[in-house]
Amino acid sequence: MVNGNTVNQNRASPTAEAISPPLWLLAELTYRCPLQCAYCSNPLAFTRYQNELDTEAWFSVLRQARAMGSAQLGFSGGEPLIRQDLEALVSEARTLGFYTNLLTSGVGLTAQRVDALAEAGLDHIQISLQAADPELAQALAGSAKAHANKLAMAKAVKAAGYPMVLNVVLHRHNIDQVGDLIALCDELGADAVELANCQYYGWAFLNRQALMPTREQLVRAEAETNRWRETLAARGRDMSLLFVVPDYFEQAPKACMGGWGSIFMTVAPDGAVLPCHSARELPMAFPNVKETSLKDIWYQSDAFNRFRGTQWMPTLCQQCDERDKDHGGCRCQAYLLTGDINATDPVCQHSPQHGLLESLIAENAQSTPEQASLIPRNARQSKQLQTKQLQSQDGSAEPSPRQTPELIYRQ
Amino acid sequence: MAQQDIYQLRRGWRLQWEAIQGCHVILYPEGMVKLSTTAGAILEQVDGRQSVADIIATLQRRYPGAETLTDDVVQFIEEARSNGWLTVKEVHCG
Repeated sequence: MVNGNTVNQNRASPTAEAISPPLWLLAELTYRCPLQCAYCSNPLAFTRYQNELDTEAWFSVLRQARAMGSAQLGFSGGEPLIRQDLEALVSEARTLGFYTNLLTSGVGLTAQRVDALAEAGLDHIQISLQAADPELAQALAGSAKAHANKLAMAKAVKAAGYPMVLNVVLHRHNIDQVGDLIALCDELGADAVELANCQYYGWAFLNRQALMPTREQLVRAEAETNRWRETLAARGRDMSLLFVVPDYFEQAPKACMGGWGSIFMTVAPDGAVLPCHSARELPMAFPNVKETSLKDIWYQSDAFNRFRGTQWMPTLCQQCDERDKDHGGCRCQAYLLTGDINATDPVCQHSPQHGLLESLIAENAQSTPEQASLIPRNARQSKQLQTKQLQSQDGSAEPSPRQTPELIYRQ
Repeated sequence: MAQQDIYQLRRGWRLQWEAIQGCHVILYPEGMVKLSTTAGAILEQVDGRQSVADIIATLQRRYPGAETLTDDVVQFIEEARSNGWLTVKEVHCG
């Protein structure tokens, strides 16, 4: 009786009629953030994009996207709470009929603002936690006060009657706390917990050596999560636990974003429109809402049409029965790992480069990277990385994101 | 589930008609499910006031030719409840 929202991608090349609407809109309001998490998915060069869309421009984005059929809306960043017009944007979005999600670190949230957002019509708040204890949280996020504020705000969010999802990015330095993290989320009254192992894009790719868990850590954490599922069920506690394994440890690639330009659209702080929030790392140009309508971007642009359908795929994928299910995997991952934007995602066991991941994991199991070696995500590091890129490329203006992390590792 | 039970949408869950998709959808934290016409018609009646029996009666008036209506409603409400979309507002025992 009920149909899932999968989108039929069974076509060789895209035509306007075959392109489904962008049901999801991720509005990255700003790249500014008070925290410095070394696994941030924002682009390394985030300081290059300072020209944030103003309130009116965001209103226009929301109206255009809603008219095209977008229904789920995430306000994200950076830290979206930095935008003082967040309440106005939520109010407009809710009036338009969006389901409004706020994806926040909780830093900058106050009990008053929780209420103001509720009044504006916000549907859901997701708060991210870095660790189960304040010491590790501080080491990872670079803020002494953030952890306590997050806990207080999680309580305020529940008190205001919101459904609450807590999100923890797991990695080598906090994955062994998974039991404590679940206990904490339980205590805070979460409705759901996302235990999302770090995926290696943006700053996480730069720091992947120091972030990647061992296979043993992963197995233990998943087993612990399963034990908690039983405990919660026995208590009749309705708190779902989602455990996401890092792609690098998988044998089959994910159907990234449900397919390129299939259901998902990100508008970056400066108005660039991307098929996912990591796509800025790809060596290609993306259109901007300041110049082009969202409709033209979604249906007509080269960027969005480039990886729709199956024609672009390497022979390996074209001949594979999974091609309409996994869409050749993730373009960002393929590019970051192989340098070839058209390659089969190396996560796929059939990829000629799959061995890369196996050796990375094996190599990493032998090393003992220190937390201190994590490069924090902040403006200073971002600028330094851009300078290094320019130097390494004879002053070429367009940096190649793939090379940056490799250069850093070899220093 | 008794036919006298009264259900409502879980807090934070929303039923909405989406013209572009041409169907009702359930919206919830970071998720959306498209509903069939039948599911949409049933869920529209789940309003925290009508019991399951009331909903069946309402829909029978609206769709007098629908033969499997009672089964459809009961089956769907069970499914919606197990998906966590609905909460019981009032349970009637016996």
